[in-house]
Amino acid sequence: MTAPVAITLSVNGETLTRAAEPRETLADFLRRDLGLTGTHTGCEMGVCGACLVMLDGAPVHGCLIFAVQAAGASVQTVEGLSESAMIADLQRAFHERNALQCGFCTPGVLVTAQWLLARKAAPSREEIRDALSGNYCRCTGYEAIVDAIETVARRRSAGEAASRFLEEPA
Amino acid sequence: MNAPLGALDRPNSYIGRSVSRPNAKRLLAGKGRYVTDLVLPRMLHAAFLRSPYAHARIVSIDAGEARAMPGVRLVATGADLAKLCTPWVGTLDHFKGMKSAQQLPLPVEEVLWSGQAVVAIVAETRAQAEDAAEAIVVEFEELPAVVDIDAAREAGADRAASGIADNLCFASRLDTGGIDEIFAGAAHVVEEEFHFGRHTAVTLEPRAILADWDASEGKLTVHHATQTPYQFQDLYSRHYGIPEANVRVVAPDIGGSFGMKLHVYHEDMAVVGLSMLCGRPVKFVADRLEAFVSDIHARDHRVRARMAMDTEGMILAMDVDDVTAIGAFSTYPRTSAVEGNQVIRLMGAPYSFRNYRAELSVVFQNKVQTSQYRAVGHPIACAVAERLVDMAAARAGLDPVSLREKNLIADDAYPCESPTGYKFEALSHRKSLARLKALMGYDALRAEQAALRERGIHRGIGIASFVEISNPSPAFYGIGGARISAQDGAVLAVTPSGDVRCQISVTEQGQGTETIIGQIVADQLGIARERVRVITGDTENTPHGGATWACRGAGIGGETALQAARKLRENVLGLAAAILQARPGDLDMRDGVVVDVLNGAERVSLAEIARIAYFRSDTLPKDASAQLTVAHHYAPQGYPFAFTNGVQGCHVELDAETGFVKILKHWVVEDCGRIINPLLVDEQVRGGVVQGLGAAFFEECRYDENGQLTNGSLADYLVPMACEMPDIVIAHIETPTADTALGAKGCGEAGTAAASAAALNAVNDAMSPFGASIAQIPMTPTRLLKALGTI
Repeated sequence: MTAPVAITLSVNGETLTRAAEPRETLADFLRRDLGLTGTHTGCEMGVCGACLVMLDGAPVHGCLIFAVQAAGASVQTVEGLSESAMIADLQRAFHERNALQCGFCTPGVLVTAQWLLARKAAPSREEIRDALSGNYCRCTGYEAIVDAIETVARRRSAGEAASRFLEEPA
Repeated sequence: MNAPLGALDRPNSYIGRSVSRPNAKRLLAGKGRYVTDLVLPRMLHAAFLRSPYAHARIVSIDAGEARAMPGVRLVATGADLAKLCTPWVGTLDHFKGMKSAQQLPLPVEEVLWSGQAVVAIVAETRAQAEDAAEAIVVEFEELPAVVDIDAAREAGADRAASGIADNLCFASRLDTGGIDEIFAGAAHVVEEEFHFGRHTAVTLEPRAILADWDASEGKLTVHHATQTPYQFQDLYSRHYGIPEANVRVVAPDIGGSFGMKLHVYHEDMAVVGLSMLCGRPVKFVADRLEAFVSDIHARDHRVRARMAMDTEGMILAMDVDDVTAIGAFSTYPRTSAVEGNQVIRLMGAPYSFRNYRAELSVVFQNKVQTSQYRAVGHPIACAVAERLVDMAAARAGLDPVSLREKNLIADDAYPCESPTGYKFEALSHRKSLARLKALMGYDALRAEQAALRERGIHRGIGIASFVEISNPSPAFYGIGGARISAQDGAVLAVTPSGDVRCQISVTEQGQGTETIIGQIVADQLGIARERVRVITGDTENTPHGGATWACRGAGIGGETALQAARKLRENVLGLAAAILQARPGDLDMRDGVVVDVLNGAERVSLAEIARIAYFRSDTLPKDASAQLTVAHHYAPQGYPFAFTNGVQGCHVELDAETGFVKILKHWVVEDCGRIINPLLVDEQVRGGVVQGLGAAFFEECRYDENGQLTNGSLADYLVPMACEMPDIVIAHIETPTADTALGAKGCGEAGTAAASAAALNAVNDAMSPFGASIAQIPMTPTRLLKALGTI
């Protein structure tokens, strides 16, 4: 039952093969086996959203699927989304608006925000709040997060291209 | 004392400016480094077998099978760890007559709550440790569980722990005299019995610790998700008999704390011993289910209170009885009695009445311990007093705002003292209330409320004034014998390239401590803040200090940084004067360059001064002393606490059919003295409000009659979600404390202090047409429907 199984998958654009125990969750696999610690585990029962990653382009709870189920799939974590600059405008808006405090929920929130804005260019505040209902944040009270996502929606609608964010001075 | 610190249009003037947090960028990139993420060579993982009973005697432990399982390196019991670690007792000397049972990392004879760790298993992986835990057989003999607060206090009641004589941990009484006569002669008396549920912090990152004992050096390094590394350095040193200088505690990125991560937890103390027994690093991360049964809980009060008022609508007196249940022992080292103590001392603090009587009973029971969590005691005191004020207003036929306008301490009445002995330097209650009224459009909201009631829409408006404790002096813990520092320390250095490094004892959990310290240092030195590196959270690299709790980071840590920066500035300008053959008083530093004070002419850069000091000291005049590193400590002097104040408003809509409440909007006017970074202050207030609204509507640790937690998971325990929370409007009054040059007071607890009180008043206001009322939080739909008589 616990003997490791070899799996091949794509993580942040890199194809790799690793042995994973069948009982190991995708979140644990990313964190422990690949050192991708930006994916966090807050409840390990699919409620808090800290472990959200993109699996074949859609958000999934990394704590609710096993690593072996991701064999053959393409996974994007916050590290990959950052390095590709795909969420640079979200990160910039979160930073400007102070839409994070401890930062533990933030990678999952960014995944939700990216998914929401991919499906709906100009969501209302209520729609943003609704989309965030699977992301618990204990620090901010949510309003700054809603503001930041609203800002990015407006900037994207105005055709502002996402520039790089991480290399700029704080 | 605190004249304006500088105009915001001056270069490098950062105090009062909204700037973003440099350390937030790596968190946004998923590059945070939390204890949960850390891996050390040869690291082992700990798991704990926990008690299924609320109260039981340990008859026997059979771990034979577990010890032989794959990957298992150690199974340790209470007796094993008791050989290494001395016991502790959670009392403070200034709480007279307080008692509590002795505690050890793991119990030896008796378990005191359901979920208490009993046996530790250390293995190569966490999964292997958990597998082995299932193979351990512990025989328990169940003992009567003490659950009910009244039964617990009866003569001859079962005791929550065998090491205590009875279930009363602590009792306290305040009485200004003549209370019964005042109530007997009052025009109006209102009274109520309030119930405040237990809730808990639910930090997104659960508790995490990684202990690394190195026998070759006799050195213990603990990576610990805590607010207070110095406190734990002291405790690990004393309880494990390791010299303090050989204990290093590192607190890296912390995934939320809110007071929860500054208490001693049994698993954490055990992990230190496990590392010593294994000679290898041992890590423990509580999973969410463990967090619910082992993190401190908070609140759990029943308060019976009454208020007397005269015919003019002036409050005459309050009379209060608070019974709070804290678990089977008092938490170490800050105790579990501080909350109750603050409840009875903060009660009615915004108001000018002088007559007061209160009784506090702190009671043992067989549940998880309670202790300090964000806004300790404040929400209880605030909700009781503010609800009674609303009831008194209704009784006298006055508008709730008008009654407050009459009774709040006048803004020109300071300094003054509360009937409970708190000394107020300067507060702004009336100005704050006027500001709130304007901000809310209060009169228009009342008109709208009346119109909507005609159409069967039931909206409610709730107001709550509050006082918050911040910047505590040694009066908080030091005088009680706890080795918890009220001072902070900073070491400030100019580096050889002319950058500045600030190592300081206050810590960061996302509130922006490092950012505001950087702002203060840059501001006072006259350099760009990008050139200031702030280092926190490591006992080996920062001076000893109180760290971050009780809203002391900005007020005490900030003043420490300010004074250290002024000292360093003096040294820099003195050295510059020696180099330039000028007088120090004729020089200033702006934008990293020493300039003439009078005309701003640039004379020499900080980088050049540093180059000369570090590499060409031979060119300095003989008597010049290049002291480009300074160490400085600051402890609060003057008032024992810097009180802050404010007022909150809550607007709700009640669906009387379902009992659901929609929070439409929430307002806060807050006075935390000098604001260093408005962006960060506002987000502290918002986050605090939402934790208060969580307590008001959702959050409750529910126990059955056997002392079993029945909703201990994130699917069952409700924390506020984005879709349930309103936008929160914030405004500020600034009344700086004159005790410091900086003038800053705390702001982190203000939101939580009064949000639930404002919500309670708003819901009661919405229910008033039905003649219904509620005096219990959380105000769940079921409770509201019961209050409405629907069910």
